Amino acid sequence: MGPMKKKYEAGEATKYITRAQALKKLQLNLKDFRRLCILKGVYPREPNNRKKAQKGKLDKKTLYYVKDIRFLSHEPLIWKFRDFKVFMRKMKTAMEKGDKETVARLKENKPSMKLDHLVKERYPTFMDALNDLDDCLTLCFFYSTLPRDTKVPANLISLCRRLTVEFLHYVIAAKALRKVFISVKGIYYQVEIKGQPVTMLINHQRGFKPTSASDVDYRIMTNFVDFYTSMLGFINFRLYHSINLQYPPKLPGITVKEDATDEDAVEEYNELVAALNSSLVTNVPQAEEEIQIDEFPSAEGAEKLEEAKREAEAIERLKSLFKGLKFFISREVPRESVVFVIRSCDGEVSWDPSIFAGATYDETDESITHQIVDRPSVDKQYLSRYYIQPQWLFDCINFRRLLPVEDYFIGANLPPHISPFVTERLGDYIPPERQMLLALQRGETLPAEQEEEEEEEEDESEDDSSDEEEEEGKVEKKEPTKSQVVKEKKGMKVMRGRVEMPDVKGMEEEDKEHYKFRELMIRNKDKRLYRSMMKNRRNREREAKRLENKRKQHEKEEKSLKKSTSSGKALTAKWSIQPLSATSDTQTKKMKMM
Amino acid sequence: MATASKSAKRRYEIVENKGNSEDVDDIIEAQVSDNADDSTDEESSEYSGLEDDEEDDSGDEEDESAWEEASDEDEEDDDEEQDMSTNEDSEDDSEDKVAPTAVPIEQVESSTTAEEPAKPVEDEYAYDSSDEEDLRNTVGNIPMNWYDEYPHIGYDLEGKPILKPKRGDEIDNFLRKMENPESWRTVYDPQTGQDVVLSNEDVELIKNVMGSRIPDGSYNPYEPWVDWFTNEVMETPVTGRPEHKRSFIPSRIEAMKVGRMVHAIKMGWMKPRVPKDTSVERHKYYLMWNADDKSEDVRRIENPIPAPKPRLPGHAESYNPPPEYAFSDREIAQWNRLADTPYQRKFPFVPKRFSSLRAVPAYDRFARERFVRCLDLYLCPRAKKMRLTIQPEDLVPQLPKPRDLQPFPTVCSMIFKGHKGLVRTISHDPSGQFLISGSDDQTLKVWEVATGRCFKTFEVKGTVRCVSWCPNSAIALVAAAVDNNVYLINPGVGDRLVQAKTDEILKEMPAQTDYLIPQRVRAVLTWNEPDKEQWASGFRVILTHFKAVKHVAWHSKGDYFSSVMPEGDNRSVLIHQLSRRRSQLPFSKSKGLVQCTLFHPLRPYLFVATQRHVRVYNLLKQELTKKLITGAKWISSLAVHPGGDNVLVGTHDRRLCWFDLDLSTKPYQALRHHGQGIRAVAFHKRYPLFASGSDDCSAIVSHGMVYNDLLKNPTIVPLKKLRGHDKFDDFGVFDVLFHPTQPWLFTSGADGTIRLYT
Repeated sequence: MGPMKKKYEAGEATKYITRAQALKKLQLNLKDFRRLCILKGVYPREPNNRKKAQKGKLDKKTLYYVKDIRFLSHEPLIWKFRDFKVFMRKMKTAMEKGDKETVARLKENKPSMKLDHLVKERYPTFMDALNDLDDCLTLCFFYSTLPRDTKVPANLISLCRRLTVEFLHYVIAAKALRKVFISVKGIYYQVEIKGQPVTMLINHQRGFKPTSASDVDYRIMTNFVDFYTSMLGFINFRLYHSINLQYPPKLPGITVKEDATDEDAVEEYNELVAALNSSLVTNVPQAEEEIQIDEFPSAEGAEKLEEAKREAEAIERLKSLFKGLKFFISREVPRESVVFVIRSCDGEVSWDPSIFAGATYDETDESITHQIVDRPSVDKQYLSRYYIQPQWLFDCINFRRLLPVEDYFIGANLPPHISPFVTERLGDYIPPERQMLLALQRGETLPAEQEEEEEEEEDESEDDSSDEEEEEGKVEKKEPTKSQVVKEKKGMKVMRGRVEMPDVKGMEEEDKEHYKFRELMIRNKDKRLYRSMMKNRRNREREAKRLENKRKQHEKEEKSLKKSTSSGKALTAKWSIQPLSATSDTQTKKMKMM
Repeated sequence: MATASKSAKRRYEIVENKGNSEDVDDIIEAQVSDNADDSTDEESSEYSGLEDDEEDDSGDEEDESAWEEASDEDEEDDDEEQDMSTNEDSEDDSEDKVAPTAVPIEQVESSTTAEEPAKPVEDEYAYDSSDEEDLRNTVGNIPMNWYDEYPHIGYDLEGKPILKPKRGDEIDNFLRKMENPESWRTVYDPQTGQDVVLSNEDVELIKNVMGSRIPDGSYNPYEPWVDWFTNEVMETPVTGRPEHKRSFIPSRIEAMKVGRMVHAIKMGWMKPRVPKDTSVERHKYYLMWNADDKSEDVRRIENPIPAPKPRLPGHAESYNPPPEYAFSDREIAQWNRLADTPYQRKFPFVPKRFSSLRAVPAYDRFARERFVRCLDLYLCPRAKKMRLTIQPEDLVPQLPKPRDLQPFPTVCSMIFKGHKGLVRTISHDPSGQFLISGSDDQTLKVWEVATGRCFKTFEVKGTVRCVSWCPNSAIALVAAAVDNNVYLINPGVGDRLVQAKTDEILKEMPAQTDYLIPQRVRAVLTWNEPDKEQWASGFRVILTHFKAVKHVAWHSKGDYFSSVMPEGDNRSVLIHQLSRRRSQLPFSKSKGLVQCTLFHPLRPYLFVATQRHVRVYNLLKQELTKKLITGAKWISSLAVHPGGDNVLVGTHDRRLCWFDLDLSTKPYQALRHHGQGIRAVAFHKRYPLFASGSDDCSAIVSHGMVYNDLLKNPTIVPLKKLRGHDKFDDFGVFDVLFHPTQPWLFTSGADGTIRLYT
């Protein structure tokens, strides 16, 4: 027998290290360690057996892999941190001495960090980077909207703005936008890059409300943004490269030297880029080729193949959804999001030049087909265009087809805007709007036609049922005659056997009881899981039921409202079907009144 | 001196340090000697060190050439420089001190004529001074007319040429002079070539100087004399030490440093700093990934787990949700009520319909939510968890359908009514034709199973705790535990011959010739003969115990039977032999409250159930073979499978434990099918059935198949819950019993009935 083994010297206990130990080992303070962890993407791990991993200690500790910490200790960034600490000390001394020359010299030699190697290290493949892009984009977009007076360095804000605009340009050029959703938090965009869905959330730009220091620590977020900017820059470069665009983005026809000293000119140029209204210069004029899905006959996949084909068609349609349409944006509409949405579906767009640079045509342009308006009424309306609310654009993209504009006219009561990100499970409640969308996706007919068909079907079914009833009545009438016949002929006779219906109810009850017994026989270790699953299911069902009832109630109220104001409604309905003629009608009426 | 070296440091950095220490030493020596001469010179300039060096170079030509040999490439340039410097220096020495203010004054007087080239040659160095504080032009103390032919006038601190400002012709100047009210105080600065407007103070100063007064106008020359420094020598000075030489001669070290720098500049090792463009450097991006999926070998963190993606929004988050998702007033009230515990809210916001996009406000928790996400990303412990993709139905075991396991009792087909109290116990005769029941109404009733008729009623004085029909079909005998007594009764039903034979056997007590009843047994029990009356009514033997008897059980042969007195401590179990009318107390120690005992159907074992455990004793070897641990608090009943290897234990805490004696002493399966405590359990002798009766007024029939193959565990399938009994005084079913040959079940209940399920 060898020497006696001590506890916690092998196995799980040696795999983990607490944070305090890690700090000691790396000789860093908590702030630097946090920053290092954020930049390097090191995070605590949940051990399989916490008691063993904590060497028997019971209070919960933050545990890291020992290997991770060892890996951190080889990071050259640590030396940068130390350099920076020395720099700050020198600066402080010089500042307190009032030695301006030294301060200036030190400032010039301020140690700076490069995070390129970290991007490569954390994301060895491009797909890894794309997979982690959601948080990066959302945070960068958020930072790009921050005011310059917060604790965040101003150059970081402008860098974020630059990078995010570059990304939006890529999405427009690649036509990668798939889903959009206006939520109370902001607008969600789902973009498909190399088959990977990337979802970003851009906050509503309404003016900044400062948050209290206890709520939000901007220093931590800035550490993240430091890394995210370099990551997003490299991703942008790769994306631009993949579709043959020049990076940094260049607008055709406008030349500004890169090392131009004229700051105003540079800013103007940047603003034109941020207008998102013109396509960028490509390296090589490329010929677009459409990829056709080849058909491979497979036993079970016929339906799937069909579905994939339909999906591909829908996406193709989506890419050129607004092709040939000419939009004009009113000044109260959030310009950037609307322009982004329109342009990434191949539409043409312009706005009042006083809002933002880059407007291409004026409001008076007669060829404008849609004007996007978000106010109850407009004084001067052009007859040649639709005045619609911005939700129409977003709904069109989610439905992947141009929806009828009637519901979205200026001042109209908008139909509900539903989330395209929901995936329903069995038994979940699906709102009717979503059902319509799903039906469309399945390739069924348009809702209006469907409704009519349904009505017809209902009529038919009613007819059927009445027929059946009649038949049943006839049968009943016939029965007594049969029995009479039987009574008349007494004596031995072979009768035709009667079909006895199985006791369905009894069988069901039996099955139910059997299931109850089976439930009782669940193994003890599965019992808790089973109960919680069943509880969840019941809750879901209850929630679905509740929503359904609420909807029904609402519709009932709506109907009663409609009845009370039926006469007025009819007129508006007529108006909503043919808006242009309706306006002319009213005009003529007015004339008559005069 | 100090400032000079500092500024030099700021402007230059040593690119390459090839300095030859010898040469430097030479320079320093020369400089020191010079310094000794200059030390009295109050106006020694900022750059005196530099000047001195240059002077030195010219003076010691041999030394210069000596270190010049080391670097041949620069020879020519250096020579030129030398020439220049010799010129400068020779003239520099001649004139040193001239008041610097002389220039502007002259110009004020004759600004128009100041630049006239026709003027007689004046002393170029008349206005030389290095006392200027704010030096923009770095050309030094040179006559500025050297730059007359050039577009620039000198060099700034960065070494870039300072361009001459445009000056118009005379007419322009004149016109400007006429129009400008300030023209009288505008002077031309030859250093920078700019026109400078003198301030009031400057004008005052000039006037003072011209009036040969003290230049500083505020200075009062007639102030009262304050004798700050007395001429009287202190007797004890603060320190007696004479001032060190160091304190009044220029620093040698600094001179060395400056000398080194000058040398470095000359050799081209030290160059002006190029400002770094950090922003361009930092945000330069390039093609990092060549392919999409191919990864190069990089060191990474151990076993990386990508962060889970943030949850995607549902319909309720919409700015214009479907009406069913918008909060009603009640929901809003509930949302507000949870202000202290916001994590319990269904959403962090109130789903609400906005009439238009314009009306949607900024989300005030946006920054907070981003921040929390960041915290999650770097603080949350990550682990890979397997997600269950099963439905709850998959967890439910697949049992054979009850239909396939028929026959088993399903419907109540007969109710035996007649008892007026709870029917605590029932037992059937070996053939299954008759049934005996004991009740709290102090009677025993014998029923015929087929007809449901009550054949006989025996009056006993006391509640009947247990009845048990003798399993030997050769004798007709029933043991009934009533209070302290165990009666052996001939029920008087069935085969007459058997009845008569039984009576014959029991008529006379066998001779107890050489047997002495042990003292221990005698204190506990007496075998009594019934009197005539009792005999006539069927009682054959009466065993009077010293405590109440709760349970009696027959051995399968029908000769031995056991009785249990729970309060009897170590004398609570008795085993009686009917043929010899003898009894014994098998245990000397109490192991707890004994609930019941049973004989093994095939082997000489005795099962003794105490409150928590079931002990299995080998009666031949007289030792404990097994102790079954039920894990229950209170065992109520016990049943042994006819094969003898499986035991059912019913407990008051609702559990039914199936023990497989071959497997373990712990339950093979514990079933909790009843809502209340279990009162009785029973096995069927032929069919693979067992039943349990409980206080919840139900009996459950289950399929319990035991296989001969030792490797195959018993299968247990609950089949049917049989209801029917009414609740009485919190009691439901008291006893369950299977018919010996048919798949029928008898249950006796607290409502005074016995039910037969077929």
